[in-house]
Amino acid sequence: MSLEANVRLTLGALDLDIELSVDEAEVVALLGPNGAGKTTLLRAVAGLVPLTSGYVKLDGRVLEDAASGKYVPTERRSIGVVFQDYLLFPHLSVLANVAFGMRSRGMRSSEAAEKAAHWLDRVGLSAYVQDKPDALSGGQRQRVALARALAPDPRLLLLDEPLAALDVTTRAEVRRDLKRHLTTFPGLRLVVTHDPLEAAMLADRLVVMENGRLVQTGTPAEVTERPRSQYVADLVGVNLLRGQADHGSVRISDDSVIAAAAAESGDVFAVIHPRAVALHLRRPEGSPRNAWPGRVSGVEMLGGRVRVRVEGDVPLVAEVTPAAISDMKVAEGGEVWVSFKSTDVGVYPA
Amino acid sequence: MRRERVPIAVGILAAIGAAFFILPLLGLIVRSPWGDAIKALTAPDTVEALKLSLVASLSATVIALVFGVPLAWVFARVEFRGRNLLRALTTLPMVLPPVVGGIALLLAFGRRGLVGSWLDSTFGITLPFTTAGVVMAETFVAMPFLIITVEAGLRSMDRRYEEAARTLGAKRWTVFTRVTLPLIGPSLFAGAVLCWARALGEFGATITFAGNFPGVTQTMPLAVYLLLGTDHEASYILSLVLLVISLGVLVALRHRWLGSA
Amino acid sequence: MRLRVLSLLVSPAFLAACGSGGTFQGSNLSDYASVFAAASLTDSFKALGSAFQTAHPGITVQFNFAGTPTLVTQIEQGAAADVFASADTANMDKLTADGFTSGNSQVFAHNKLEIVVGAGNPKHITGLADLAKPGVIYITEAATVPAGKYALQSLASAGVKVTPKSLETDVKSVVSKIELGEADAGIVYVTDVKAAGSTVAGVPIPDSVNVIATYPIVAIKGTPNLDVADTFIAYVLSADGQAMLQSFGFLPAS
Repeated sequence: MSLEANVRLTLGALDLDIELSVDEAEVVALLGPNGAGKTTLLRAVAGLVPLTSGYVKLDGRVLEDAASGKYVPTERRSIGVVFQDYLLFPHLSVLANVAFGMRSRGMRSSEAAEKAAHWLDRVGLSAYVQDKPDALSGGQRQRVALARALAPDPRLLLLDEPLAALDVTTRAEVRRDLKRHLTTFPGLRLVVTHDPLEAAMLADRLVVMENGRLVQTGTPAEVTERPRSQYVADLVGVNLLRGQADHGSVRISDDSVIAAAAAESGDVFAVIHPRAVALHLRRPEGSPRNAWPGRVSGVEMLGGRVRVRVEGDVPLVAEVTPAAISDMKVAEGGEVWVSFKSTDVGVYPA
Repeated sequence: MRRERVPIAVGILAAIGAAFFILPLLGLIVRSPWGDAIKALTAPDTVEALKLSLVASLSATVIALVFGVPLAWVFARVEFRGRNLLRALTTLPMVLPPVVGGIALLLAFGRRGLVGSWLDSTFGITLPFTTAGVVMAETFVAMPFLIITVEAGLRSMDRRYEEAARTLGAKRWTVFTRVTLPLIGPSLFAGAVLCWARALGEFGATITFAGNFPGVTQTMPLAVYLLLGTDHEASYILSLVLLVISLGVLVALRHRWLGSA
Repeated sequence: MRLRVLSLLVSPAFLAACGSGGTFQGSNLSDYASVFAAASLTDSFKALGSAFQTAHPGITVQFNFAGTPTLVTQIEQGAAADVFASADTANMDKLTADGFTSGNSQVFAHNKLEIVVGAGNPKHITGLADLAKPGVIYITEAATVPAGKYALQSLASAGVKVTPKSLETDVKSVVSKIELGEADAGIVYVTDVKAAGSTVAGVPIPDSVNVIATYPIVAIKGTPNLDVADTFIAYVLSADGQAMLQSFGFLPAS
């Protein structure tokens, strides 16, 4: 049983056109920069945003079909949503919040309270049942939000940036618990996030979105090893180039051809790790066939190493030691040469 | 936090503003013949007028809630042609002189009125000179206050809570009663209190539409006005009663009204 | 600049002018008077006022019409009245006893009661007894208003027991409600029925059970416009004034 969605809609400046499917075996994460349309897609699946064309099917049942005009309202879909800022009802106690979904569907008050108390116990918040949400910390509220979404036993769980509102230390702890709950949840699971680490840790499959379109999909490993968009490349921290392969070289533009030992033929991505990029003050002599002039456009420290962004015919990011930087007296605006070995270029079909 | 120092000009203007409200109240307290207070307060006409005022103003408030909240909801949530015009019409009683309101009510609901004549010929129901007429007049002038306040509350609430409720399976009525209404609680309350206070003090529309007769249509404001002509010292006492009741309610409820918004 | 405005506000001339009841005058002869008159005098006094102003160019007379008891209260609370015309002697006596009058009051007109009904007399009222008929909505003035008091006296003399549906604050309100068709009958003065014209009809009340209302007029004590006040009162009592009053239905002063 699965979720099948073919969503086309326009909302403000966003033009969304994407196909998505989620099955019970995997946790799917929608990953992408702000404005990519991930939250909008989630809301469309929830029935909060209308489709211009396409459909949403859950377990074979049509929830929305633009062509026939069929629309099952949000409240009749078997979904549980954890919102980015939780949206816990401020006027209800934590227990009443968690019981809300069950009470809305007609469960008797005492039975709903019992189930809610059980869920709060599962997330470790039994001591807070009578408190109002504003008495809890951010991490505690996140857990209540999760319990509230799970308590009515929904078929599809939708999480919108579930950890975004937390500070770094709380986040790590909550992430572990969230992973546990996601693993034991028997239904379909879709998570929206802009944090690649979160995506990698929580999800079995990533769906990368940009500007309302699908850019790449695959396991976290597949995506990070073979990024197919600048966005993912930036997330992973590698240099990504694209061009036409021709037996040992890749033409990335009219004037630039790089030597890539693994290149064969066809439209390809070429990926080079910044550590494999060397910086020189003058054109290097000797073996590297890949040497390009450029101008330094940015220098930043990253975990004890220095990343230098170089603009030019072949724009690259090089990762070097702080010592190397001071030795070479590299500064923004300075002219440098970058070089890399053709054997250090990873090539795969685009 | 250090207490803010008041700029002199602001302080003077604020003090004058406060005096404007305090002095009349002081005048009433000082000039009231306290010795005759018991006699004035227990006179049968006074007791009748007080009972009638409370019953009528509370009824008007309840009616205003029943019809005003849905109206406010429509104004805040539904886009339709003519919405602005309709909204202007429902707030008109706020700026209309009350007597004009009374005349308008007569023309609509009086014995020869648009609807009134039909009520009379079909059911034999006449509204002028009845307590129901008093409630109608008070509702007419006071309901706009409730509508405006509730509409503002609905517009400013975070509607995402309603979405959250829907994702939890709540149908529209449940969303409204368990989420929307509690969230606009402060506005709802403030609107109801304002409405009740306005209804309690209503005079012009009441006397024009419903008339004046002890026990039936003579509310406190009318009683005070008539006493002004004969025993005006007794009218001071009655005025004070009205003032104390209104002030008491407003003060007692100020936290709920202003606090949790 | 601010200081100049402030000094202007506290200057003696300004304060004196504020206290004098209306005009920035330095001279002794005023050109204005404020007349507080009973509601039943509305139409007749407006006409008197116009005639008076025509006869005395440059002089303005302003009117405040209301139920007589209301006027008394206003005057006693300090309203700036120069002349008071009452619909009964009781209210005039009260004002005099409380020390607000200047000189003796003088009777300038009489009035008597009449039943007012809708045009065409749809409910076929023929006399006071018909007011108690079932299906007749009868309204009157509050007993604190002279007309209301007289109406009760008249009904008592005729031995008629009837409960009004409303006690209005003055005769004009009673007439309005009859005109609008909200009530079927009311008791007002003959002058009110005449003033309302064809929108209402009148049913006479026999003199044996009627009440003669006495209208006195007086100048108010301490008024700076005493000369205009006295001139106006003299005009009301003059042959011209009396003729005009009688044209409105009032009975002569003597």
